[in-house]
Amino acid sequence: MATKYDWPAADDRSLIGKRHNRVDGPAKARGAAKYSYDRNLDGMLYAKLVTSTVPHGRIVGIDTSRAEKAPGYKGHVNILNVGDEVQWAGAEILAICADTEEHVRDAAAAVTVLYESMPHWVKDEDVEKAGEANRVKPAKDDTKGPNLEEAWKSADATVEGYYGLAVITHCCLEPHGQVVDWTGDEITVYASTQAVARIPGDLATGLSRDEKIGTVAADSVHVITPYMGGGFGSKFNIDTWGIACAKLSKMTGKPVKLMLDRDEELMVAGGRPSDFGNIKVGAKKDGTLVAYESETWSTGGIAGRGSPPVPYVYNNEERLAQKARHLNVSTNIGPARAWRAPNHPQAAVLTMCPMEDLAAKLDMNPVDFFKKNADLTARPEVYRYEIDKCAEMIGWADKWHKRGDSGSGPVKRGLGMSLHTWGGRPHDSTCEVRIQPDGGVSVNMASQDLGVGTYTTLSVVAAETLGLQIPDIKVNIGSSKLPISGASGGSTTVGGTTASTRRATVNALEELKTVVAEALETEADDLVAKDGKVFSKSDSSKSLTWQEACRKLGNRTITGQGKQPDRNGGKLNDSGVGGVQMADVSVDVETGIVSINKIAAVQDVGLVICLEQCESQVYGSLIQGVAWALYEESIYDQTTGKMLNPDMEFYKLPGAGDIGELEVHMVQNKYDDRGVIGIGEPPAISPGAAISNAVANAIGVRVPTLPLTPDKVLAALANA
Amino acid sequence: MSSKNPTDGPARGPDQEPRQGFSRRTFIEGVGIGAGAVGAIGTAQPARADTHEPVGPDPVAITLNINGKSHELKVEPRVTLIDALRNRLDLTGAKKVCDRATCGACTVMVDGDPVYSCTMLAIEAQGRRIETIEGISTEDSMHPVQAQFVEHDAQQCGFCTPGLVMAGKAIVDSNPQPTMADVESGLSGNICRCGTYVGVRKAVYDAARA
Repeated sequence: MATKYDWPAADDRSLIGKRHNRVDGPAKARGAAKYSYDRNLDGMLYAKLVTSTVPHGRIVGIDTSRAEKAPGYKGHVNILNVGDEVQWAGAEILAICADTEEHVRDAAAAVTVLYESMPHWVKDEDVEKAGEANRVKPAKDDTKGPNLEEAWKSADATVEGYYGLAVITHCCLEPHGQVVDWTGDEITVYASTQAVARIPGDLATGLSRDEKIGTVAADSVHVITPYMGGGFGSKFNIDTWGIACAKLSKMTGKPVKLMLDRDEELMVAGGRPSDFGNIKVGAKKDGTLVAYESETWSTGGIAGRGSPPVPYVYNNEERLAQKARHLNVSTNIGPARAWRAPNHPQAAVLTMCPMEDLAAKLDMNPVDFFKKNADLTARPEVYRYEIDKCAEMIGWADKWHKRGDSGSGPVKRGLGMSLHTWGGRPHDSTCEVRIQPDGGVSVNMASQDLGVGTYTTLSVVAAETLGLQIPDIKVNIGSSKLPISGASGGSTTVGGTTASTRRATVNALEELKTVVAEALETEADDLVAKDGKVFSKSDSSKSLTWQEACRKLGNRTITGQGKQPDRNGGKLNDSGVGGVQMADVSVDVETGIVSINKIAAVQDVGLVICLEQCESQVYGSLIQGVAWALYEESIYDQTTGKMLNPDMEFYKLPGAGDIGELEVHMVQNKYDDRGVIGIGEPPAISPGAAISNAVANAIGVRVPTLPLTPDKVLAALANA
Repeated sequence: MSSKNPTDGPARGPDQEPRQGFSRRTFIEGVGIGAGAVGAIGTAQPARADTHEPVGPDPVAITLNINGKSHELKVEPRVTLIDALRNRLDLTGAKKVCDRATCGACTVMVDGDPVYSCTMLAIEAQGRRIETIEGISTEDSMHPVQAQFVEHDAQQCGFCTPGLVMAGKAIVDSNPQPTMADVESGLSGNICRCGTYVGVRKAVYDAARA
């Protein structure tokens, strides 16, 4: 049933779905945006972690006596103590602070920690060896759908192969960390976080565990994060370093800054689980997929972690026989953190790559094969449409050739594709919209902008609702004292925050209309706010500018409240999207170097609020996808148990010239009635599988695991 | 600067010289020419490279010319330019990310050339003209590269943005008509994690023509 909260009809949208410059763009382009790392408070001290130099061991001694005599030393707090076990190199042992950044480096280096060494294991790909080291545990064994044995009998063609992708790390450019200023009963935290509203409780709980500190109230903590420099799923908690930083601030009576060093950031503050597996898929002669069977394993640190939802997208339980067994490999590496679309990029590689191999065996064009099986997905129509659209964008019909049929020269060109899905349901959110007598409008909530465009989307929603323009709206987010809104993870922010903002703004406008109706001697229902005016529908002579209308409030400020969810609040959001991506690559078979010619992406996302920022999310996903498809890998050495590349020289990320041409199409005007759905995760899923498939199409053989580095490409060619 | 030196070899003319960031050559040269440049602006410096007298480890008084203003400060000789800018002068536009001349987030201009400020000592930067992201715009108007970054949504989290803007400025300062290949090459010393290169490339390309 239609309600007053529903999104305006397509014809009535002047801002929603259009291109807008990012509201916070100028502050960022000028270098004026203040991130947590940029906070310099009066008398501030610098803190640094001392971390474990062994991958597994028991702490038998911590000697800080030399450090305490170091110039500028101001204090330290232990995170672990003698007798505690460390389970990965880089584990946080203590935090130390000094008057300058140089002095704290010296002081930290003067701390001696002694360990009793314990056996470690850091390798995940060779599951047999990991098993011999007693590091493997069963995690899942699911059989679904029609009888598997019968299905294999009915298959005309089967493919069995080995596929996988390595552990990668988030490498946020602003490292994890914060500045804490504990003054009296007030704890101000400038945290680099994806969860402004969650941090007060998280910090208070962590501090209250320390008997020397006693109970700390969550409401004494104020988190301030107007800008943050990248999270991608890794920045939801205060972490040990945040709690230690607060303790140092209390101990010294000074503000303290503790941001992780780059090596710590890569070793312990990020981590996407690996996944490897033997996959078998089968289909009939006409391409109908009948069975999928997998035995996969992964690591995300000591707890194992990572269980890919396979078979992925193509998983109809009535028609596809499927068996998925998963093992967790426990390793002494930094613990996994959520990474855009947890487990889905892995599932895409473990499903879409064997499927393209099967298409090649069946001598079918993958576009036909993926479309033919679309009924095995949850949204066949969406995928069929998106496959056709994406094929058109990349020029599939002209450029595709049979696998390996790519000429005699050393540079081979190929195309590949992948499909994905994600939920993206809205998180809970409360919003307060204020209308001031001077005409000012503010949107207030304890949300955050990770760089996705939250400032801009909320401005657009409020301005559209009030008939104003984007600069007329002030968005206040990034403070935990504002109305509570959810953490930004799992593509939940845009759906939740735009809904609470829409409802709050509609409610605020209703109140304004009541006041204005009296002044204009009409009914509130007769009033419309549009084009910077409030006017009567029935009598065009009754019209006020927005400012004149707001002046009728006298000295009163209107506050409109809005919530997500709200049972009576209209249909503003949904969950569940598709998405298709295709890659065009060149591979030099003499050097093994893969380069991207083009990637095309088609993405449905319900109702688009800000087209440009939506596209930016997809472009960013494709570029991150090029990174983990071709370059990124956290490399661990079994002998020392340490990460060999915790830096940005050898933990490789692409530059502006490494990404080829990217083309993005947001599906608009087709699924708008569904309302807003999150965009952060879906496009981040498919790039690796699409690029791997394109490489296989180019060189005629599958490079089994990502990243597709030159050595692996050459090895795959040599083994063919 | 160093690209004008014929002994650098023919492969590195002004057009081919990577415009961004630090190179070993400019680093070494920076140490060498420090004294002359300091002398040129007439300030007495305890940390003179030509005296060959060791300085430090205690803090030494230095003067830095940043965005047209002279700043006097005392730093240990080991303090890098990025740390002097950020920790002593609260010029926090340039970011510290890799801290070892890989990612370009700390890029500033020194004597008109882009430099990784994490890999130049503050004492070396004396007597040289330092320009940071804060110095290339006025309150009322942005530099064309900045304006085009906004137009092309060339930013997400924005942490790499100041470095990329400075690298972009270095490209357009030296080449009014860069090709897209020139832009990509000139930006190759900067890393963005969110994935903003599509907008960044267009922004720099258009800024040169603005």
